[in-house]
This record gives sequence, C-alpha cells and structure tokens, in this order.
Amino acid sequence: MTPTTRTRWAILGLTGPAYLWLACTIFLPIAAMLALSFLDKSPLVPKPASFTLANYGAFFGKPFYWSLTRWSIELGFWVTLFSFLIGYPAAYALAKRVKGRWREAIFLLIVLPFWSNALVRIFSWTMVLRPNGIIDLGVQSVLPGAPTVDLLFTYPAVIIGLVHSYLPYMILTCYIALQAIDDSLIEAGRSLGANKLTTFRRVVLPLSLPGIISGSALIFVPVIGSFMEPRILGGTKGATLGMNIEEQFTVTANWPLGAALSFILLAIVLVIFGMLYPFLRKQSGAA
Amino acid sequence: MSEVAVKGAVKRYGPIAALDGVDLTFADGEFFGLLGPSGSGKTTLLRAIAGFIELDAGEIRIDGTDISRIPVHQRNIGMVFQNYALFPHMNVAENIAFGLDVRNVPAAEIKQRVGESLDLVRLAGLEQRRPKQLSGGQQQRVALARALVTRPQVLLLDEPLSALDKHLRQEMQVELRRIQRQIGITTIFVTHDQEEALTLSDRVAIFNKGQVVQAGSPRVVYERPVDRFAAGFLGEANFLDGRVSGIAGGVARVALSTGGEVLTPANELGVNDAVLIALRPEKISIDPAPAGVAAMPNRILGTVSAAIFSGSSLTYRIAVGDRIFIVFEQNKSRAPLPEHSTVMLEWPTADNVVVKS
Repeated sequence: MTPTTRTRWAILGLTGPAYLWLACTIFLPIAAMLALSFLDKSPLVPKPASFTLANYGAFFGKPFYWSLTRWSIELGFWVTLFSFLIGYPAAYALAKRVKGRWREAIFLLIVLPFWSNALVRIFSWTMVLRPNGIIDLGVQSVLPGAPTVDLLFTYPAVIIGLVHSYLPYMILTCYIALQAIDDSLIEAGRSLGANKLTTFRRVVLPLSLPGIISGSALIFVPVIGSFMEPRILGGTKGATLGMNIEEQFTVTANWPLGAALSFILLAIVLVIFGMLYPFLRKQSGAA
Repeated sequence: MSEVAVKGAVKRYGPIAALDGVDLTFADGEFFGLLGPSGSGKTTLLRAIAGFIELDAGEIRIDGTDISRIPVHQRNIGMVFQNYALFPHMNVAENIAFGLDVRNVPAAEIKQRVGESLDLVRLAGLEQRRPKQLSGGQQQRVALARALVTRPQVLLLDEPLSALDKHLRQEMQVELRRIQRQIGITTIFVTHDQEEALTLSDRVAIFNKGQVVQAGSPRVVYERPVDRFAAGFLGEANFLDGRVSGIAGGVARVALSTGGEVLTPANELGVNDAVLIALRPEKISIDPAPAGVAAMPNRILGTVSAAIFSGSSLTYRIAVGDRIFIVFEQNKSRAPLPEHSTVMLEWPTADNVVVKS
C-alpha cells in the first residue's frame, strides 16, 4: 500500500464508525419520517397506506397552524433575546472580570442545575409562578394587599421557563468567544482614544459575535420546536407548533401529520437561517 | 512633542513593589529604552504611563501636566503592543483609522491621514488586507502606523520586536529609528534585549527590583556601569575584587583577593578600601605567554580552559587560579589558542571600572 492509500484507509477506519452511527441514528429516522409525512395513514393502522400531500395541505389550509407557527417563532425570538440579554453580561464578567478559582466556582453554579432532571426543573417553576407561589408570596410580603401575581399558564411563564432551560448555552458560547479576545485588543482600543463603551462596541462585541450567533442558533432552533415547557408552564395558552406535533404522535396518533408538521418546522428554521446567513457572515468578519 | 517626567513612582502588588520610587525624565524627542530582567518594573512603568496601571504614589507629567488621574483614552499616547494587538475584524485601513474615527475626525481627513501613515511605514497598497494576511513585520508596521496616526505626545513600545525573527528584527530596528527620527516623537520602549536597547536608544535605564539602577546614554551605561548588576546585565563582565594597596599619580593599585594586581583610576578611592572592579571581556587582549614572562599589574597569566568559536568572534574561558576570566577576541587570521596552553591577558588601566557590589 502506498502511504496515501494507507492514510485514506486510516481516515476511513477512524471516522467510519461515527458516520455509520450518525447514518443509523439520524438519517434513517429522518428519511423514515419524510416518507411517513406523505402517507395517508399511520403505520399503526393495519391497512395499506397510500401517497398523499394532504398532510402538508392541512398546514397551509388551516390558519390555526399559521398562528401556532407565528407564536413559536415569536417564542424563539423572545427566548433568544432574553438569553442574550442575561447571558452575555454574565459571560463577559466570567471571561474578563472573574479570575482563577472563582471562575470555576461560578461556572459550576451555572452548570449545576443541569444535573437535575429537566422535567423536575420545569415543574418547580410552577411553584414559583402560580398564585400563592414564591413570587406571589414575595410580592405580598413587600406590598400587602397587592393584587395576586399569577404568572402560571401565561406567555411570560413559558418564556421564563425556556430562558431558564437554554440560558447556559448562551453563556457558554459567549464565554468561549469572549475569553478568546486578547485583553491587549481592549487595551489597544483604549490607548487609541476609545472610551470603555466605544471599545466594547467596536472591538469586543464584533469579535464575540460568532459566540452570540452560535448561542442564538443553539437556543432558537430547539425553542421553536419545544413542547414540554409550553405545556407545563403555558397550558392551553402557550400552545406551540412543537406541542401540536407531539400531540399528533402521542394523543391523536396521526403520525403522518406530525411528520409533515416537523418538516415544515425544519423548513422554517432553514429559511430563517438562510436569510440571516449573508448578514451573519459579513458581521462575523470571516476572512 | 513632549517631555515625560516620572517622579517617585510607586506601585505595589501585595508585598512586592513593582515600582519602588522611580524618578525618570524622558526628554522631548528622545528614544528611551527601559531595560531589565522580567519583573524588574520596566513594563509596569510603561503601563503606568499609558494609564493601564494606577500608581500607588508618585506622579507622571507630560509637558508639566499631571496625567496620573486621566483615563487611558484621554491621554494622548500611542502604544504598540508586544503581540501588535491589531483588530482582527478590521482591515489595515480600518485598523489605522480607528483612533481617528473615535475622535470624530471627518472622513476625508481620515482617508488622507491613513494614507500618509501607510506611506510612513511603507505599506501603501495593503489597505484592504486583514491582519491575518500580513507577515509579522508588516503587522508591526501597521501597529506602528495605527499608534502614530493620532499624533500622540508619546509613543510607548512594549517589547515591539520580540516576536520577530532575528533578521527582520534588525531591519525593523533601523525602520523604527528612521520613523522615530522623522517624526521626532518622544518614544519610550521596553525590551529585555540588551543589544536592541543599545542600538536604538538615545538613553537607557536599567531596572532591577522596581528601581532604576542606572540611566544614561548606552555608551556611558555600558562603559561605566555603576554596580555589579548593571555591569552584569548589560553585556558580560569579569568581576575582580580586592583592596587598594597604594595610590600614586591618580592611579590606585589594587591587590586582588585571588592574587595578582590591577591598576585603576583612583577617583575617590582611599588606601585600604575594598573594591569591586568590572572588566569587559572585549577589553582584554589575549596572547600566548612568551617564555619567562612574569605577571605584573594589569597582566595576568592563565591557561585556556575552553575556546568557544562563534563565527565572527571567539570566547575564551581562561583559568587563573580557581577563577575563570571571560575574554572575547575578534576572529582574525590567527588560529584559536589551544586548550591548556598558557596565555597572557593584558588590558589598559582605564578599563578597570570600580563598581558598587
């Protein structure tokens, strides 16, 4: 064997298992779902199924789905925005202000909640948000006689729960981007006559944009497909496309419709990122 | 252009004084090198002048104005960082324009001044390149142009050439000196490369443990070091210790502790004073010892314990009793003196420099 063919075999040997695994666990199920979305009956029904576009037609034919979709996208937008507004300053403080052992300790505090079960964490929010819950009691103790604070089963509740769930992604991606910015770049900005705010706006923020973008993508995509948090914290009010998809599979057993809605969701995500791509590319200064 | 005066500068980090009462005046248009081992305070002083470090005591004046309380961005300084610190998301022109842009200079003027700066550092035509697409020397020039385009009162250089290879470093030294002369800007630079400091500077200051050991022109500091540290840090030196045995005609005769005698200008010495003498290795002439030659003041006999060939010169290690003398010799026509041969070392009285221990 020549060295090049040997290298090729080595690459194949090393990456092969990973690709095989990905093919089996991702591409095959997705292909199956795609096929499923064009069938007129669920495979659970013991009758032969035939090809149809009706499942996709259902989405475009019913304004109910459009409003679900709109709310899902809005939800993704708000959760991403709040995660950024809360997570970026935290990441900045961690990367640029906190040093040494404190940094590890604070990191642990950020990651620690994720060692507990997600469902348990979301349910614990209901105790915070419901009437007579922690927020309500807190408000009542400060302002006796204030109107009852009941956030449970509202839009804000869903946003709070989702921000809680996804905030660490923003902190971690922004932290990585920020700590890669050499402090001397900030000092250079200052030495050239830029005050702290201008230096942040012109140097730190643009250089950390890749972290913000990947954090936003990591949050936006799962959030618009989320169903657990909207169900538990939003009840009927918080209904999302993700909740509806889940119901098609688990409640109404209309798998083909669920599959079709999933692909529509996927298409929406791809379209949004496709539209943002040129802008993001330019801003992140890919050179 | 401007004069920078540092008075009684003190900066402590816990029990360690990074600056321990530093007084230095940097004259208008002067190229001043701060030299010293790492942790000696030279970088701390530079960063204090820039404004990145606040002094615990003392003051820094630029043209008489105390700037100690003025934030970095309001001091009119230009700084070149060790790693250049070019903004990776901006091209060359944008990098250079940054300082003008934040000062709200009109676009047309920015364009013109950026062009002039690029001409100054001889990089015209590279406006649209990103820092990553430039060589180390080019990045250095961009950093310099960026620091100078705002017409600062002082230019601060933090080990500016340390990231370059030797050849490029020498080229940039010449370039740096040319640009500095052309603009006439007061320039303070930090380096641990003694040769670089001697080559570039009008004056140098040697730092040790937060204090200035000696400041002066490179030639004076090199030829007349004040103490053992200065003599040993800047170049190499042989140290001879002994006691003054007699003074005659402005010349002191010193009996060395290891035997032998040397003569040195008497200056303020008195008989029986203990003295330490620094002797530069290149001041000593070395020759095979003629048969029957005897030692005398400023002449010592020894044996070659090693001859290290380094191209243009030779470094000899000569054993004299249990002491080793270092001797530099230019590589002329003669073959290196063989090891274990007996040699005669001689040098003039004026090269015996009495230093504080």
